[in-house]
Amino acid sequence: MRRIVLWLASTVTIVVLLFGYHTSRNQTEAATAPTASAPSTSSSSPGSGGSTGSGSGSGSGGSGSDESGATPSPSPSNSSSDSSDSKSNDTSASGTYTGSVAQTRWGPVQVEITVAGSKITKVDVVQYPDGNHRDEEINAYAIPTLVQETLSQQSAAIDMVSGATVTSDGYVQSLQSALDKAGI
Amino acid sequence: MDTPAAPTLEVRRFVEHVMGMPISLALRGPGAYSSAARTAWTAVRAELTEVDRVFSTYRSDSYVSRLARGEIELADCPVEVVEVLGLGRRAEAESDGAFSIMLPDGAGGRRLDPSGVVKGWAVQRASRHLAAVPDTDFCLSAGGDMVCRVVAPDRPAWRIGIEDPRDPSRVLAVVPVRTAAVATSGTAQRGEHLLDPRTGGVAQGPASVTVVAPDLTWADIDATAAYVLGERAVDWLGSRPLTSALVVWSDGSTNTVDGRRRRGPHGSEPKDHPTVVPNSVPIK
Repeated sequence: MRRIVLWLASTVTIVVLLFGYHTSRNQTEAATAPTASAPSTSSSSPGSGGSTGSGSGSGSGGSGSDESGATPSPSPSNSSSDSSDSKSNDTSASGTYTGSVAQTRWGPVQVEITVAGSKITKVDVVQYPDGNHRDEEINAYAIPTLVQETLSQQSAAIDMVSGATVTSDGYVQSLQSALDKAGI
Repeated sequence: MDTPAAPTLEVRRFVEHVMGMPISLALRGPGAYSSAARTAWTAVRAELTEVDRVFSTYRSDSYVSRLARGEIELADCPVEVVEVLGLGRRAEAESDGAFSIMLPDGAGGRRLDPSGVVKGWAVQRASRHLAAVPDTDFCLSAGGDMVCRVVAPDRPAWRIGIEDPRDPSRVLAVVPVRTAAVATSGTAQRGEHLLDPRTGGVAQGPASVTVVAPDLTWADIDATAAYVLGERAVDWLGSRPLTSALVVWSDGSTNTVDGRRRRGPHGSEPKDHPTVVPNSVPIK
């Protein structure tokens, strides 16, 4: 219905956004270089190149409808054959590698990974901002207050539900689902 | 389509599924029905989808999956991967190892899995699109963990219900939230278990831990860490800056951590009955 029209409009925006994402990312990546010698990863270039191509496809599929993004598909068969190509690349050496510096809103972050037998075995922080890494905002002091009402009395008086992670599968029966329906 | 002249405090709601989770959005204020709001919502979903493509451990072709297999190196990944790994390592240090992005792989080794950082970090980050919508309050929830914002001081706080872990159809507590984040860890919905990275075994956590903090990145991390810490959850949460919390035990008893006592005495004692809550609205 209306959602379909909106979905089409959304798709255009998604493509634009994804291009924006890659642009900023590449700039940041280019800013710094790894300090350790790289294992030969010929697969890396096609990897990042391919991501641009599959970006729009994944974007429209993932958020285009209520259903398609619902399951975290264990085998993401769609798009990108990069991973299967690069599987043949077994030349990763063991060693320690330092990544580029990420500029976060808390300050610069740099990490070092230790690789043994082609697997990451350790992640260490080389650089991390000192001090309080939390933005000081005003309302974190609000404290949960126990309530005793029944569900029917409560639902009218709450805006959102916080609970142990609700998956798309469990959503239908959830209290949040009832709240969302009430507003649509 | 939509009536532009909606009452100020009418709540406009959206829901979509991204990253295998329901993403719920509530908007209110003059901009709730604006095209800027809709554009921002689209941007949020696009960004979460992109984050999933980069970080998902369910996708064998994600950057993180390939990084973990040694097929690519850190320099080949988006710089956000560095940020997330840095956060994860920091969280491990601050939680005495109760939180980790190097999880037991079941074979005596460890595997890279930053998923515990990604969700809260990604939703907090994506929420900036909503924060840019003029004069609009929002509450953005991803599977029960959320970022809230109230722009105008004369508007009421969002009222966040905290699910009863023993009966998910009920709300056990309510917390009024203006500009802050709420995250809950537990196993009620999933019927699965969180691993304790220190032992490789199943964490013997409380029934649930809800954390209210300025930022969802750390609210989510702290809720997970506190859950894994089990009996130490309340003491540890009391040491966290700007953090309030509700811990629910399997017998139904609860502890509340009062975030106003920022760095109280080591292991500040729990309070069952909070006193005055700033900006609170009366419970009906």
